[in-house]
Amino acid sequence: MKHARIAWAGAVHEAVESNGELLLTRSPWAGKRLKFDEVVWLPPLAPVPQARTILALGLNYADHAKELAFKAPEEPLVFVKGEGALIGHKALTRRPKDATHMHYECELAVVIGRTAKHVKKENAYDYVGGYTVANDYAIRDYLENWYRPNFRVKNRDTCTPIGPWLVDAKDIHDTYGSPMNLSLQTTVNGKITQSGHTRDMIFDVPTLIEYFSAFMTLQPGDLIFTGTPDGVVNCEVGDVIVTSIEGVGDLINTLGE
Amino acid sequence: MQNNLKPYRPIGTVYGALLNFKKEWNLRAPQMSEAPYKGAPKVPVLFIKTANTFTASGNNIVIPSNVSEVDVGANLAWVFGANASVVACVLVNDVSIPHESYYRPPVKFKCVDGFLGVGAQAKSVAEVQTDAVVLTVKVNGQTVQSVNYADTVRASQKLLADISEFMTFQEGDVLLLGSDCLPDGKRPRAKVGDGWKFQRQALKAWSISL
Repeated sequence: MKHARIAWAGAVHEAVESNGELLLTRSPWAGKRLKFDEVVWLPPLAPVPQARTILALGLNYADHAKELAFKAPEEPLVFVKGEGALIGHKALTRRPKDATHMHYECELAVVIGRTAKHVKKENAYDYVGGYTVANDYAIRDYLENWYRPNFRVKNRDTCTPIGPWLVDAKDIHDTYGSPMNLSLQTTVNGKITQSGHTRDMIFDVPTLIEYFSAFMTLQPGDLIFTGTPDGVVNCEVGDVIVTSIEGVGDLINTLGE
Repeated sequence: MQNNLKPYRPIGTVYGALLNFKKEWNLRAPQMSEAPYKGAPKVPVLFIKTANTFTASGNNIVIPSNVSEVDVGANLAWVFGANASVVACVLVNDVSIPHESYYRPPVKFKCVDGFLGVGAQAKSVAEVQTDAVVLTVKVNGQTVQSVNYADTVRASQKLLADISEFMTFQEGDVLLLGSDCLPDGKRPRAKVGDGWKFQRQALKAWSISL
């Protein structure tokens, strides 16, 4: 099932995808159907009692590492993001006026489903609640070599669209075998600029869950952004960027001033 | 208001500022132009202490068996309320596995389970002159460091302004204003069995004892 979180009629609602429409699932609107363009899309994540942990991988596709002139890392290169950076599907991301190179990054996002501590690779998928699409924008002008990638590049307001759906892990595992068997694609104004495949990740999803949960306990709702393949290009104000992952969703974002 | 809850526990994202004391900045300045840094940082260098690190004052922090000692990072931290306003201050211990390089994000050194000791009480910011605070760090009762927030690279409001240029603090978020190093560039160290305590003069309620 594909789950969404939306704002409509003056309130926030849980919904699921049903025959190309949104089906609201809870009182007082349970059973109500809405068109996709009738609602405001929020990040498809249930609220959590304290700020969620958002781990993001750098250079996790060999081709992207090569594109950026880095050798592939020997252990996961990870940075942390704040929840305040997240925005939903069909939202507006601000492009700073002085930026010369701002690019999208289409990433498979893993949503943890239950408390994960000292998890072994073999059991890692038991701890995944679902998958969604993240677009982890970066502005290369602001890169500095101190705790790189630094927060001015990777923790900017509005610069992390996520959604539209949280897809149940079981659906992806049943249909595709695993999340390591999905094609990724980004279009800018309808033109394909990035295409890749999750099988090309350097550290796959089970490896990442084992690696992180060895020293940090992950909670339901925590996120792991698994990195992006090559094909990142500069985008300008007004560009419409669609980051898509097979079976997971098409996340639309527009750059604004 | 959460700042009146006892004991205090962060509900938002906990950010921290690196290299915010002149002593550490000056010690590292000669290497800043060299690889891999290739230049001094232009904007605040930040990290996040994830929620799995929070340990309430008075509880034990478990040090992984493959780690012999940890850095004790005594910090004064700000707690944010609505509209990114600063509402409270709290003392925290940013525990880290010692690491020399500041090139890559320090997740495996700083985000280990339990690695943020959090003071029991958040105090209204109105009662505190942030940039005049002096912290005393004690390990096993011995004073090992005095941290003076008059010695920062960016005074608290300047730090906040420079970070706010690109991100907005959410209600409940926390900002660690920085931990100082010792004259040798390292932070006070503690090993299994050690207890430590931070105090701000004349405010007993602010101590952390772990």
